[in-house]
Amino acid sequence: MSEEIVSDLMRAHIYRLAQRGERVDGRGLDEPRKLTVERRYVGTAEGSARAKLGNTDVLVGIKMSTGEPYPDTPDTGVLSTSLELVPMASPTFEAGPPRPEAIEIARVVDRGIRESKMVNVEKLCIKPKEKVWILFIDIHVLDYDGNLFDVGSYGATAALASTIVPAKAQGLGEDFPLPVEHWPVSVTFAKIKDLILLDPDLDEERMAEARLTVTTDENGDIRAMQKGLSGSFSFDEVKRCIETSQKVGRQIRPILQGS
Amino acid sequence: MEDIEHIEKEMKLIDENGVRLDGRKFDQLRPIRIEAGVLKRADGSAYIEWGGNKVLAAVYGPREAHPRHIQDPARALVQCRYNMAPFSVSDRKRPGPDRRSVEISKVISEAFSSVVFKEQFPRTSVDIFIEVLQADAGTRCAGLTAASVALADAGVPMRDLVAACASGKIGGVVCLDLNKEEDNFGDADCPMAVVHGTGEIVLLQMDGHLTFDEFQKAMELSLGAADRLFELQRDALRRRYSVTLEEILRESPPPVAPPPEPEDRDFAPVEEPGPQDEAPPRDEDFGPEGI
Repeated sequence: MSEEIVSDLMRAHIYRLAQRGERVDGRGLDEPRKLTVERRYVGTAEGSARAKLGNTDVLVGIKMSTGEPYPDTPDTGVLSTSLELVPMASPTFEAGPPRPEAIEIARVVDRGIRESKMVNVEKLCIKPKEKVWILFIDIHVLDYDGNLFDVGSYGATAALASTIVPAKAQGLGEDFPLPVEHWPVSVTFAKIKDLILLDPDLDEERMAEARLTVTTDENGDIRAMQKGLSGSFSFDEVKRCIETSQKVGRQIRPILQGS
Repeated sequence: MEDIEHIEKEMKLIDENGVRLDGRKFDQLRPIRIEAGVLKRADGSAYIEWGGNKVLAAVYGPREAHPRHIQDPARALVQCRYNMAPFSVSDRKRPGPDRRSVEISKVISEAFSSVVFKEQFPRTSVDIFIEVLQADAGTRCAGLTAASVALADAGVPMRDLVAACASGKIGGVVCLDLNKEEDNFGDADCPMAVVHGTGEIVLLQMDGHLTFDEFQKAMELSLGAADRLFELQRDALRRRYSVTLEEILRESPPPVAPPPEPEDRDFAPVEEPGPQDEAPPRDEDFGPEGI
């Protein structure tokens, strides 16, 4: 993921525009790309969604099975998130075991969903200590044009909201919709020199020195954060990012909820 | 019913006087001890005890980066491997990297990446190894704080020391440096690493539930703790590298009074006007070789 190079000319252009509050694709610095979400894309999955943020395109599928709970949480369902950088999505993606980049994205997406208590996992207990529902969130990256943290999270959130728990097939009564109670929204920022850009595209992401992801819930409370890359943020910059993510979160949430 | 249980759980973590399970106030760190230069083979090393955490950090390099294709022709790579010993937690941890350690290794590498003068060492790698021997919550912060001392011990040129400390929320109260129970039953955890001189935040993670105001308070607590950690880091390096006059004297005793001969020869022209006086020693010196 780190091998792609941005030409000096493009870097200078992006930075010059950003100094004027503009971006190559015409957005403002605090403006995300257009998000579209298509629910129930895959019939074989219990829930799914295809999410596009600009040209970045992911397909998220939810599969459910039953199994043993973790010993320290005997009466709650299990949530597991993974992300695959499919080689078709970028010339720099290769087949093979997940790279640290993919692990980090999956874990940050997972953190937002888990910590916001989006899915009420207590309602996914079948028999305490013995049998609970296990929920697999698989994020399949199909086209990579930057900011997988947010697209992955949006796809996962929408897919979860479309999930029907396959109880009948397991002889556990009638199928029921997955108990979704909260709506986390992840918003990622890239820092280029002294400027901070929301929802970086590929070139912006390539030249960013630091990255910050903030996941807020419907009350504007912070549920997860992750700073990445080798640069740094000041205290004030972090506070500004949180405030912006609360604001942008309110715009994105209805799209995820499908209303 | 659930609510009552919830309140009881919270009461246990922090009481009405703001005293925590281990007797600390909300803004107190656990006892911390840092020692620099504890391993022989590593280029730099440090050991930290932080509450119930025992963590070793070692630094190798800058050395040639392997495999070759990862080399950067313009700068050094900063690579960290955070690892927990199988016996460091109550249930044995399966050895080898899991997804959590991969993520922690990545964010710690990135945190140090901005302080090391990487451009001075193209094609090399600065390898940081963090081994958690005993874990009691806050291991990434303890590991990072020790690794910073190990980098300095290795003499790796850096802009400044980096220190890390987490803050979180227990029983509705924002507190500094959560221990194991507090982390397990608390409401939020937010580890953070700061560059000493500039206050830049080079590592920031958070999980749980914090309002904007609570987050701000957590950051302020962590920033304050970082200052105290810098003092401990600096003291550890001072203890390692400062030497007393006594030690200097023991290791390299003062030069014994120089032999009179050369001194005579050196000063003879100034002190003694007579050129004849210079001649005898010269004869002694060069005579035999001349023969």
